Amino acid sequence: MTINFTIFIQNLLNGLMVGGLYALIAVGYTMVYGILGLINFAFGDIMAMGIYFAYYGATLIRLNFPFAIVFSLITTAVLGILIDRLAYKPLRNAPRISALITAIGVSFFIESFAVVFFGPNYKPFLDVLEDKTIAFQSFIIGNVYIPKIIFIILGVTAAALVVLFLIVYRTKIGMAMRAISADIPTTSLMGINVDMVIGVTFAISSALAALAGVMWALRYPSFYPYTGFVPGLKAFIAAVLGGIGSIGGAVLGGILLGVIEMMLITFFPTLMQYKDAFSFIILIIILLVKPAGLLGKRTVEKV
Amino acid sequence: MTKKAKRDTTLTVLLIIGMIIFLQVANTTFDSYEKQVLSLMAIYGIMAVSLNLVNGITGIFSLGHAGFILLGAYTSALLTIPSEQKIAMFIIQPPSPLIANLHADFLTATIMGGLVAAFGAFIIGFPVLRLSGDYLAIASLGFSEVLRIFALNLQSVTNGSLGLKGIPNYTNVWWSWGWLVVTVIFVVSLVKSSYGRALLAIRDNSIAAEAMGINVFKHTLLSFVISAFFAGVSGALYAHWLTTIDPRITTFGPTLTYYVLIMVVLGGLGSITGSVVGAVLFAFLMEWLRVFEQPFTLFGRSFPAIQGMRMLVLSVLFVVTMIVWKRGIFGRSELTWDAIINFFKKFGKKADERGVGK
Repeated sequence: MTINFTIFIQNLLNGLMVGGLYALIAVGYTMVYGILGLINFAFGDIMAMGIYFAYYGATLIRLNFPFAIVFSLITTAVLGILIDRLAYKPLRNAPRISALITAIGVSFFIESFAVVFFGPNYKPFLDVLEDKTIAFQSFIIGNVYIPKIIFIILGVTAAALVVLFLIVYRTKIGMAMRAISADIPTTSLMGINVDMVIGVTFAISSALAALAGVMWALRYPSFYPYTGFVPGLKAFIAAVLGGIGSIGGAVLGGILLGVIEMMLITFFPTLMQYKDAFSFIILIIILLVKPAGLLGKRTVEKV
Repeated sequence: MTKKAKRDTTLTVLLIIGMIIFLQVANTTFDSYEKQVLSLMAIYGIMAVSLNLVNGITGIFSLGHAGFILLGAYTSALLTIPSEQKIAMFIIQPPSPLIANLHADFLTATIMGGLVAAFGAFIIGFPVLRLSGDYLAIASLGFSEVLRIFALNLQSVTNGSLGLKGIPNYTNVWWSWGWLVVTVIFVVSLVKSSYGRALLAIRDNSIAAEAMGINVFKHTLLSFVISAFFAGVSGALYAHWLTTIDPRITTFGPTLTYYVLIMVVLGGLGSITGSVVGAVLFAFLMEWLRVFEQPFTLFGRSFPAIQGMRMLVLSVLFVVTMIVWKRGIFGRSELTWDAIINFFKKFGKKADERGVGK
């Protein structure tokens, strides 16, 4: 079998783009996990809600697309805080499995909510743009078609990650987040309002999910209430691949996963439909061989 | 046998006889819709009891149940559909000759469905059960998705995304409730055996259990495989109840696992009788809440049909159960004959006291 060089380059770029999206969602996952040790199962659905908010911001409230994104970021952040306050906070001291089951319940709730209030059918996201053609324009270099949207997605992802790194490593609230991830009781003894910091974490991670959702919808423009499910799982796999709890790991894992998936399709086009199955197999292998992920710290369980 | 054990056995036999009489009456007097719901309750019951064996009794949190149900459903349906019909149905690719020619009666097909699911669990169990906690949950969910993706794409075996249609409508109240009784008796006996005690020990503290000489991996694998067998059986019954299999996320995907999880959590994680009650309640609510999905009137005002309303109500119920009423209906305890008799004794006493007070 011969691999066409242009196809290779094109798929590599596609892989980077999808990987960037995975990275953006995975970072949100990993932030919550790093602080609470909770797999926020509803994360993909929060992302889907971000898409809905942006869509309705643009079509119902008639905001410009950039303002619709800001609107979506704010409303999704509020949604994240609400979910934490109502569903996760009462279970802070419960066994971890209870929190996980509740997270599944929240995910189920959001999906049903979207079915009831937004309708079960697919919606066209590109209605939010005044000029829809921008989603289909591409640069042509030699034989390689590069959709313009790739640069938008990669640019936004990179900018969001830089802002996030600045928040986590250069601000007081970021320091508080890192402290909480190390030890919650001690942090609260130091006079830090733990609930407030956790709320801020949920707000930031949900806003990231909303941003990722909007970018996702630009790439895959029709969406419905279960849209978040597959990207949510992929982002989880990416976070585990990189080492869950580590932000750098989530970025690395996301990009790796995106590129590996696309390379699989490039080299074995017949396996196209099994792409999602393949990601899960990567997850299992990683969990068995290197459970802490590529950049995660290995912890030893003491008895 | 002690006096108490004798009493319990007699009462259980009486209960089963009572159930048979009830089903006979139901079979002749209920209309076909009510009979369908009655069968569905038992099918859900088998799903819930089998999930509870892993999640509630062994204490490992698996989310792969839909995958095993899917395996059982496909295996049994491919065995009961007549071969001419199979050849006519597989339009994109003809069925592989092995599948086209196989045929079996319903009981054999159901058991084969269970065995294939159990074999699947045995293979999947080796990697998945080496993990723990949340990772195990996600990995098992991942495997059930992998199975679904294969079902969607193996054209010559599963007919791909077209699914299987025209599965003979074999499941009736006798098959479904009969299998439920078998499942409950098997799981209860298992829990009472030394294997079951080991499973409970693993749930309460797997490290301590290991220190006491229990082979944790072997025991969890055993419970995983048994659970998958009954999940496969329930899948077979479900397929012959639905008469179609359509491998979408919302039918045989994670949504189905979530449904079963809701039943188990409502009934109480770790309680077998609780799972049955949870399943019956779930099936009942699912049907009852249908009123909201047709145009309805409330407080004298009429509303249009709201699609998806019953899922919304059930998901709220699920989350509220987890937060407010953590243990569900029965918690970890079983509804035993002792409990029932004591309840009535206490009830009687209270009534007496009230009578005396007056």
